[in-house]
Amino acid sequence: MGWVLVATFPGILMLTWHFGWGVITNVVTAAGLAVGLEALMVRLRGRAPLVALRDNSALLSGVLLGISLPPGSAWWLILVGTVAAIVVAKHLFGGLGQNPFNPAMVGYALLLISFPVAMTQWLSPQGLFGPEALSLGDVLVRWAGLAEASSLDSMSGATPLDAFKHKPEAVMASEFWASDPLPAGSLAAWRSVALAWLAGGALLLYKRLITWHIPIAMLGAMLVLTTLLYAIDPSHYGSPLFHLLGGAALFGAFFIATDPVSAATSRKGKLYYGAAIGILVMLIRSAGAYPDAVAFAVLLMNFAVPFIDYYTQPRTYGHAAPQRGIRLDPIDDDQERLP
Amino acid sequence: MTRSFDFPGGIFPPERKIISTRQLLREAALPTRVVLPLDQHIGQAAEPCVRVGQAVKTGEPVAIGQGMLTADLHASITGTVTAIEACPIPHPSQGRYLAVVIERDPDAPETWQRMPALDWRSADSDTLTERLTRSGVVGLGGAGFPTQIKARVHERHRIDTLIVNAAECEPYITADDLLLRTYPQEVLDGARLLARLAGAERILVGIEDNKPEAIAALQAALADSSPERDTCPIEIRVVTTRYPSGGEKQLIKRLLDREVPSGGLPADIGVLCHNPGTLRATLQAVRDGQPLVSRIVTLTGEALAHPGNVEARLGTPIHSLLEEAGLKERELGQLLMGGPLMGFPLASTALPIVKTTNCLVAATRTELPPPPVEQPCIRCGACEEVCPASLLPQQLYWFARGREHDKAQLFNLFDCIECGACAYVCPSHIPLVQYYRATKGEIRAHRLEAQRAEHARHRFEFRQARIEREAAEKEARRQARAKAASRVTAHNAEAEPSPRGKPALGPDSKEQLKQLRIAQAAAKASLRKAEKALARAGESGNDDTADLEVQVATAQENLQAIETRLASAKEASST
Repeated sequence: MGWVLVATFPGILMLTWHFGWGVITNVVTAAGLAVGLEALMVRLRGRAPLVALRDNSALLSGVLLGISLPPGSAWWLILVGTVAAIVVAKHLFGGLGQNPFNPAMVGYALLLISFPVAMTQWLSPQGLFGPEALSLGDVLVRWAGLAEASSLDSMSGATPLDAFKHKPEAVMASEFWASDPLPAGSLAAWRSVALAWLAGGALLLYKRLITWHIPIAMLGAMLVLTTLLYAIDPSHYGSPLFHLLGGAALFGAFFIATDPVSAATSRKGKLYYGAAIGILVMLIRSAGAYPDAVAFAVLLMNFAVPFIDYYTQPRTYGHAAPQRGIRLDPIDDDQERLP
Repeated sequence: MTRSFDFPGGIFPPERKIISTRQLLREAALPTRVVLPLDQHIGQAAEPCVRVGQAVKTGEPVAIGQGMLTADLHASITGTVTAIEACPIPHPSQGRYLAVVIERDPDAPETWQRMPALDWRSADSDTLTERLTRSGVVGLGGAGFPTQIKARVHERHRIDTLIVNAAECEPYITADDLLLRTYPQEVLDGARLLARLAGAERILVGIEDNKPEAIAALQAALADSSPERDTCPIEIRVVTTRYPSGGEKQLIKRLLDREVPSGGLPADIGVLCHNPGTLRATLQAVRDGQPLVSRIVTLTGEALAHPGNVEARLGTPIHSLLEEAGLKERELGQLLMGGPLMGFPLASTALPIVKTTNCLVAATRTELPPPPVEQPCIRCGACEEVCPASLLPQQLYWFARGREHDKAQLFNLFDCIECGACAYVCPSHIPLVQYYRATKGEIRAHRLEAQRAEHARHRFEFRQARIEREAAEKEARRQARAKAASRVTAHNAEAEPSPRGKPALGPDSKEQLKQLRIAQAAAKASLRKAEKALARAGESGNDDTADLEVQVATAQENLQAIETRLASAKEASST
């Protein structure tokens, strides 16, 4: 999983460039906690921690969770998320390879539901060294949970998806954008971050660490749905580009939905799985209560994986048709009826 | 034209064939002692037909095949049988098996015992089949399937194509490559022979493009075919190198775009597949009357100073072959029989080579390092990408680990050809094929157990039926006696009603008759069904018919019992 970590670098660098030191503190804290908790759990389960840590799977889960959190999150928030991811979602289900749900997304979803305010306040994109940017010291104060609430509010704002979601019904999209609803540079920042994830995804594909099926199916489904909705009512639905580049779509498509342990396994199954995630993301973004939905969509589809796997088996050599579903008492075809 | 089709998946492991292709095929030194295990083929072991102390000539039979699926075994050197005992055999189980041991006086000359030569173009098919049966020829590609069975397959199937499987896709192995370079015409003649025997209309030679010399040799051999060789059109089909093209099912798919049905044989789709070595051995058995006493073995690996291919007598100890090839003992890390993907490690160099030993890899530790520690499966699906049978290897792995035999079978575990491509690409280094083999073994053991239980039940049922039949006959005799007696009584005192024995007539007895007739029909039907099953088993060459015979006997007893009861009931009601 070393190369997957490498593939996250462009995204992390771009996030840091636009959103400041808080990204680094997030990632480092989450990764450190994840590795520590993994070692503890492996030890409690009576196995050798050093062997288990060598696969870097916990490190990756931690990094992915850290990336997903609002920059400059407090340590306790990260701790709660990492415990949910590594202890509950991963090891209580049997450890590496046995978890039905994506650990990082379990942690993220738990935090989003439990601490909605802290989880939706993104720092405005002030960059690393801008006049308004938070210094590393400020970020560490926030990390320690010592920052005052008022200072939090002044520094942060909604993400583009969030802002557009809460646009009043009466306001047309063009009017909404004209009113300059976001901190300066927000859209451009999110767009460049999304493109950085795309670059990382390309590396994953190039190194054959993932296959194209899930990302393409997911992004394709989103593209089709957004195009349809945008064509029907451009004043209330975001454009395809806005949806694909505005949130966690590309990050989710390449780094979250492709987690092999919790994803569908057959090639055809991966297409269904990816497409269903894309559809769920768009459904929740357009009709649900949350501005973004990659975590929920992935977790919901994790539930469906065994079902998808049973129904998407390839046709085995020498068989007329593929096996569908599961049938544990094969009908005895040799039984001849009495005359 | 040479359209080639495709099978899914496959891998491109380093070929390492060059190690053993730089030298010409040579003959290995004649061993002074050979060990010939009685079970070198698929099917029933052969029975020894020599005594300890008996002198044997090269080519003399030392064991005769038993049953249908079996093969004879011949002395591979001229000498004296010194033992018939259990010896360690080259097998993944690392077990021992009964073997004939022959030793020779190093100075004594070799004498051969051959069968009369036959002309394969004119000999009739019974003679040829009999010759193959007596020559101990089996599939030399690695499976060891008795060739005479394949030669007789045309009795039940129509064969249109004979495929010469010269793909030899596994790394290291070059035995077929060197054979084709050295004896292309003999291989083609062997193919013509078996094609004639099977009634095939054409011969296809499937060969991977990494063997240009062998392809050239084949083409040259085809070019100077004299008219009497023109019995069957031959086409050389070069396929791109990809493991496992040499899998029988995969090669058929690539050359003909046909799939062997699950659980079936290539003959079911009109195809016969033969390994080049088998074809040459077949030709030698017919043309020269020479039984299978030697085979070509690839000696390769970086721990050998002089790797290459040798024609070695069966039973030759592996260490003498390796020493001849300059084994550097200190560098030897792992000794494999077969290739690195489908072969298995040998525990000792004292083991003999057998009919299925196509390759010995003496690898250094850096060349084939010991497998890394097995890690958990992360369901990455790399195995699925390379599976040539379109299975879901990782699902099978989970079912194998969880002992979910039903599900493993439902996911077509038995269609796995154990090529090892999945294990080769597994990033967690899981020895997947070992899991599949173990699970297949467990399932087979369960089936056998179920079969035995069923057989015991059928024997019990037979006993019950026999007791029932005897009781019915006794009852019938008693009734007959009673009737005779009552007739006498009636004759003596007509007015008096009979005291006993006469069943009450009326609707009750009619009902009983009707029920007996129905039972008779059912018993007849089940007898017919049992007989049909037995006949079918006999046709398909299934040896294990004991259980079906018991079922037929049971059905006969049942029918007899019911007919006896019916007859006596009719008798009773008619009076």
